[in-house]
Amino acid sequence: MTAKSVSLVIAGSGGAGVVTAGSLLLDAAAKAGWYALMSRSSGPQIRGGEAAAMLRFATGPVMSHDDSFHLLMAIDWDNITRFSAEIPLTGNSLIVGDPAHGEAPAGLLKNSPRQAALAMTDIAGKIENGRPNMVALGAIAALIGLPAGAMQAVVEDNLKRKGQAAIEASMTAFHAGVAAAADLPAIPKLPAVAADSGPRWSITGNEATGLGVIRGGVRFVAAYPITPATEVLEWLAPSLAKVGGMLVQAEDELASINQIIGASYGGVPAMTATSGPGLSLMIESLGLAVAAEVPLVVVDVMRVGPSTGIATKSEQSDLNIAVYGLHGDAPHIVVAANSVSDCLFTTQWAVHLAEAMQVPALVLTDQAMGQARAIVPKPAELAFIGQRLTATAAVEGERYKRYAMTGSGVSPMAIPGMPGLTHTADGLEHNEFGTPSSQASDHHAQMDKRSRKLTQFNYGDHWADIEDSEVGAGDTAIITWGSSTGPAREALDRYSAAGGKARLISVRLIAPVQPEKMAAALQGMRRVLVVEQSHSGQFYRMLRAFYDLPVETRSLHQGGPLAFGPGQILEQLTAWSA
Amino acid sequence: MEAVAKKKYAAKDYKSDLKPIWCPGCGDYTVLNSITRALAELALPPEQVAVVSGIGCSSRIPAYTSVYGFHGVHGRALPVATGLKLARPDLTVLVTGGDGDGFSIGGNHFLHACRRNVDLTYIVMDNQVYGMTKGQASPTTAPDWEGSKLTPEGTGINPFQPLVVGLASGANFIARVSSSDPINMAKIIVEAIRHPGFSLVQVLSPCVTFRPEQAEWRDIVRTAVVDYTDDAARAARRLMTDDGFNVGKVLFKGSRPPFRPEFENSNGSVAELEARFAL
Repeated sequence: MTAKSVSLVIAGSGGAGVVTAGSLLLDAAAKAGWYALMSRSSGPQIRGGEAAAMLRFATGPVMSHDDSFHLLMAIDWDNITRFSAEIPLTGNSLIVGDPAHGEAPAGLLKNSPRQAALAMTDIAGKIENGRPNMVALGAIAALIGLPAGAMQAVVEDNLKRKGQAAIEASMTAFHAGVAAAADLPAIPKLPAVAADSGPRWSITGNEATGLGVIRGGVRFVAAYPITPATEVLEWLAPSLAKVGGMLVQAEDELASINQIIGASYGGVPAMTATSGPGLSLMIESLGLAVAAEVPLVVVDVMRVGPSTGIATKSEQSDLNIAVYGLHGDAPHIVVAANSVSDCLFTTQWAVHLAEAMQVPALVLTDQAMGQARAIVPKPAELAFIGQRLTATAAVEGERYKRYAMTGSGVSPMAIPGMPGLTHTADGLEHNEFGTPSSQASDHHAQMDKRSRKLTQFNYGDHWADIEDSEVGAGDTAIITWGSSTGPAREALDRYSAAGGKARLISVRLIAPVQPEKMAAALQGMRRVLVVEQSHSGQFYRMLRAFYDLPVETRSLHQGGPLAFGPGQILEQLTAWSA
Repeated sequence: MEAVAKKKYAAKDYKSDLKPIWCPGCGDYTVLNSITRALAELALPPEQVAVVSGIGCSSRIPAYTSVYGFHGVHGRALPVATGLKLARPDLTVLVTGGDGDGFSIGGNHFLHACRRNVDLTYIVMDNQVYGMTKGQASPTTAPDWEGSKLTPEGTGINPFQPLVVGLASGANFIARVSSSDPINMAKIIVEAIRHPGFSLVQVLSPCVTFRPEQAEWRDIVRTAVVDYTDDAARAARRLMTDDGFNVGKVLFKGSRPPFRPEFENSNGSVAELEARFAL
């Protein structure tokens, strides 16, 4: 029984090596020529506690998790029911557990999945330094058709430093798992892939985010740790150093946003990454960057809010604060990545936009894509590099106007060190010179200019990703953003495969809004389904406020941390066309 | 190396033609004069200097200078200056502000700026009051000051000791000066700028409007009798026993090297970073 994709979960308590096992499996799948997506779910514990690695393998790029999992491999049962809502199982699913840890908890058995035993602890116990998680990996590999050679290569890479004995212990346990799998019920297998399936990368969303800002030209990063954004910063620290940039750990988020304002004022493109609570602290200074016209990028890897919320899990609920959080009329950029690899494109684009318009750009990603690792087709080379319009030499007898009125609204920026162009950049309202002013005329002129920068800019086709069914767009559109795009894409694929016609619009440029482009994209659309992971339908309300939507517009929204399954979205489409 | 005649500068070369919003008699006028005098003494080209501030009367200084200025939000001048100096080590970066901006809303940044020891010069005009908001108690106000409608019975809280806290937090240069002696203040600011690392200069700068009694400071202040020490323990004892009116001298000079992240290899390419993701 072969399938286009296979989905499985490895779960267990902390120390069971769940995430390690998942990573090894992902790497081995990469060696075998497959594509993959691995998400992490974990509890709030610092070390230990429950953890689950959710993996989906396929012979082509993986956009989303499936509606349910074929296999749940439980190293043990500790607290696993905390994940049960995140691990949908059906009657065809297979739960494999270790008899040494007792029976599967009732919470997992609602849909009567098949059950089988694998004595991981016993088997591992008979092997010197054998570990149950390697036995589990062997069984999984055999069940899904992953060649043992691929795992051998990965284990050798990973355990090189621990020596030959460690490699042998792991592989002995792995092969014992392969052998034991002969007694397990079958789940779908993936076919082998031709050796050359094109150049691929293995990358997490948070790494892609870091790479995107470096590609865009950022060379100064201020950092304050926060889940789930920390990996962006931890990846950037050594990586920036290699390309002549620097990362500085700040005392808090107020400091990190202001440090990057200082660095960018000094002429060095700058960014920071945070999550909701940190973004809340940065908001006042983002307004400063708007008023003083200092380009910078802030990445918000969203998690469940409000307040501390669920720090380790995903939600698309920072849309409102990102768009409306600043006091005063404060035009700024908000963009959103819509997949693991799109984190690279979108953050690089954000640097370009911020620098070109001398404005702060917020990038919204989230825990689901940030902490997910995916095997993806090698991302395209992009030409976007942040380029700032800087002032040229001073004109004799003419005082430099930092905030000069221009058609585009963008004024040539003098960088400290340039003679004859000294000025004060100010968060106080100011005139063209930067001199503080409380006059209505200056305020209106500067507001027009700051808003003009964003409305006159040419965003090209990047404002949204638009995809139609192969047979045409029909008259139904799905409008979505961010992490909800993956399941929506797959829903569109399934809908099309069943003969349906629809269009997917995944909005990347959240603000400023693009009414003309949206109108063109909605040409001929009679129905719109809005899909987002927020309890109050923030995105739907925003679309309602700024865009002309057909009368038949429905909102499909749910709070985190549960991600949409493609089937949930497909169901809406199918029900509508019935 | 060929000797190049250094261009001569006067204090006025560092002043803008903008008229300050300060009240007549405000101590901050002389601080502005002393800063520009110090920059002239150091003969720094104006474009090589940046003055960063937050919010408050004294935080208005950048616009009154002709160097590069940045006037940010309340309490955040030190992080802006930190980012600027780290990104642009070639610049001379000064930070100006008041006691409310620096020690209340910006208190955490003050601690960590002292600790981090980036090569900045922080000039705090301490008048023990929030002037811009029309006279409320600041962190350095005496507990029994009853002049504010916000705390009519006084704050009842002991004042913050900026120099003691600065020393304990790791400031590399500490001085207290009085706005009534601009010549000496300029001299000390020159020293503060020259000294590597984080230099903290507290200026007793009276608020004639909301603390008119501070006009007496002119007569109360005395020149400190002892010269600076490089021994933090001695400096701490001196600061803990001092009444806050010993001025005009450097109190402490440390020798901690300034913070500056250093990297082993910065000649890598983005392509090398990308290669790590390729399968």
